[in-house]
Amino acid sequence: MRVHIDEINDIIRREMQNDGSPISALENIQARYRYLPPEALILVSARFGMPLSQVYSAATFYPVFSLKPKGKHSLHVCMGTACHVRGSPQILDRLQTKLGVKPGGTTRDRLFTLETVNCLGACALGPIVVADGEYSGQMTAQKADGLLKKITRTATKDTQVVRS
Amino acid sequence: MQTWRANLVAANPNRPYISVCGGTGCRVYGSERVWNAFRDEIARQRIQAALDYDVKVTGCHGFCEKGPLVVIRPRNVFYARVQPDDVPAIVNETILGGTTIPRLLYTDPQSGEKIEHEHDVPFYKHQYRLILDQNGDLDPANIDEYIARGGYAALEKAFSTMLPEQVIAEIKTAGLRGRGGAGFPTGVKWQIAHEQIQKSKFKIQNLIPSSSRQALSEVEGSPSEICHLQSEIGYVICNADEGDPGAYMDRSIMEGNPHRVLEGMIIGAYAIGAPQGYVYIRNEYPLAVKHLRRAIEQAEAYGLLGENILGSGFDFSVKIKLGSGAFVCGEETALIASIEGRAGEPRPRPPFPAESGLWGKPTNINNVKTWAAVPIIIAQGAASYANIGTPTSKGTMIFSVVGKVANTGLVEVPMGISLHKLIYDIAGGIPNGKKFKAAQIGGPSGGCIPAEHLDTPIDYESLKGLGAIMGSGGLVVADETTCMVDFARYFMTFTQEESCGKCVPCRVGTRVMLTILERICAGAGRPDDTEYLWHLGEKIKLASLCGLGQTAPNPVLSTIRYFRDEYRAHIFDKKCPAKVCKGLITYSIIADKCSGCMVCLRNCPTNAVTGVKQQVHSIDAAKCTRCGMCASVCKFDAVAVN
Repeated sequence: MRVHIDEINDIIRREMQNDGSPISALENIQARYRYLPPEALILVSARFGMPLSQVYSAATFYPVFSLKPKGKHSLHVCMGTACHVRGSPQILDRLQTKLGVKPGGTTRDRLFTLETVNCLGACALGPIVVADGEYSGQMTAQKADGLLKKITRTATKDTQVVRS
Repeated sequence: MQTWRANLVAANPNRPYISVCGGTGCRVYGSERVWNAFRDEIARQRIQAALDYDVKVTGCHGFCEKGPLVVIRPRNVFYARVQPDDVPAIVNETILGGTTIPRLLYTDPQSGEKIEHEHDVPFYKHQYRLILDQNGDLDPANIDEYIARGGYAALEKAFSTMLPEQVIAEIKTAGLRGRGGAGFPTGVKWQIAHEQIQKSKFKIQNLIPSSSRQALSEVEGSPSEICHLQSEIGYVICNADEGDPGAYMDRSIMEGNPHRVLEGMIIGAYAIGAPQGYVYIRNEYPLAVKHLRRAIEQAEAYGLLGENILGSGFDFSVKIKLGSGAFVCGEETALIASIEGRAGEPRPRPPFPAESGLWGKPTNINNVKTWAAVPIIIAQGAASYANIGTPTSKGTMIFSVVGKVANTGLVEVPMGISLHKLIYDIAGGIPNGKKFKAAQIGGPSGGCIPAEHLDTPIDYESLKGLGAIMGSGGLVVADETTCMVDFARYFMTFTQEESCGKCVPCRVGTRVMLTILERICAGAGRPDDTEYLWHLGEKIKLASLCGLGQTAPNPVLSTIRYFRDEYRAHIFDKKCPAKVCKGLITYSIIADKCSGCMVCLRNCPTNAVTGVKQQVHSIDAAKCTRCGMCASVCKFDAVAVN
């Protein structure tokens, strides 16, 4: 995804008009690009008149922000207590082995980013995996395999459509 | 406002309706497809059979285990696990025909009896729903419904008949204590903030030269000037940064009844004298944010928020701030830092936020459940609220009962109820014939309560005595297959990751505790590890800066206190009694049971299973990563864990 300085500036301007904080500006930039490009930190620092070190401190403090570009699809494994006692570590293990990345990592083809989340509050359905905002409950290692396959299949289809 | 409410009730007579749970849990089960199916079916039948029913998408009903939930009101016929295909049958048989569909009814696992009505289902029968009472029959997107059911009546009562001091006195009499976990008396907290704001108001008046004050009073019509001055006075904050893994009642209240939280905040702001409020809410709760945002807009449109609310001369507005996924931001000083736009690190107290909080102004922070209790206390009177519960812990408490229980869900019970009743009578006990081991209350800050203390009444003091805390109400049940050392390690991993790193005892201490726990789980525990953990834990509790560090060792200390045997088994016998810790277990194939179907072989991620078709397979322990895949796919129970 290309980063546009004008777009970042627009987001910051809008935030300042609504008397938002530097963090909410960062949140909106993160929502737009799914990561925080270096330009974003510099611009937020300049516009809000906040030292770059403090913007960096906030950007690295909150788990919601990422300084590295993320994959096309996000997989969140819920690590809440209820999911833990129902076996989420096995699910995470499985996804880690299959994708070859650790939590927070992005696969080399930039297709998947694997992440963990503390609790989604849908504990009756644990263990839960959220793929691109869609919840899958009562996961097993096998179901996790199926989920990966499904996403990979649609992803290759998408690229084929684009190519043709 | 009373006439307005009467008009609303008259305009919306008690029409029958179908209540479909629209909470996050039921949505995951597919309840959206269910309510769409109902809408289509009702629209079709409206013409054919002159059917006049509403379909209402409500907040979380609480019985998440059995979703999607559907209740036909006013008859209260309760259907569980409803699928879109069931909809025509429900409309034809139950709504038009007046009969129930047995296969969709809830079956009592003990008696095997089918239960027809919602209020007879054991999960609901033993509850005392005070805060959650409207969750199952209110459309959270519609302020009129809340008003028609008596909403904003408490606000009206407070504004028209009570002085701020009287509101505070009422909250004190009710004995409401902070539901965020620590249990500080809410009335006292408000009183302190109220006094501080009075003081600072006095200061502002003296700071402004009399000539400007004169000018200001002349421009009384210019709201921006006045607002600017008032926002310098003080703040109320609703702490909706529900970070405890396994707790989701705050989310359900905001999703299902956002106006009750707002009403509580407005009353609180009036009592304290703060013209500006914030709701600090978790980013991970998109639906709650949406409902709250809409509720604020509606309340503003009705003049329940904004300037001169209900003609009282009191101005109050509310803004939403999204959290960014840091657990420590539930701590009040860290939360304030986060709203101010900095990294959410706590600071030493005093000064307490009541004295110097958001932007240095007096600030009062309460949890969602605390705010939601306020309108109930004001409307029904402090005495009626104080009648519920125990002498020191008044009112009701909401627990999210999760983990190894038959009925996962949100449960509201009076304070003082026993854990046994909560886990067995309401949550339906432990499924699959397993044995109860412990109940973990209070999340990463709480502790485990073993079977021998199940009869203890749940109140702030009793739980503290057992080494747990009330916390925000997360209750995770562990059965015999849960390893308590691994459980402690899990919580320590959580707090260690969430430690903000500002103070050494928490930053380094939790790291050392985690290293030791990891070592024990891996089978490399040393003889004095348990004692060392105990002493270190005690020190971290004493020396940490904020609540996170001061409570972080609790899960470890309480498991050592009640399950020392399991620690011993890990350290000395190199065994994990619950067969969970990977370093202490091996997988093998039981020759008598193996049919040689090759399913485990194909599914093993590390090719540790070898064998040929129709012959007994074997597992190479050196290659095996103990992922448990083979055991989970085997249809013949032929994989043994030792």
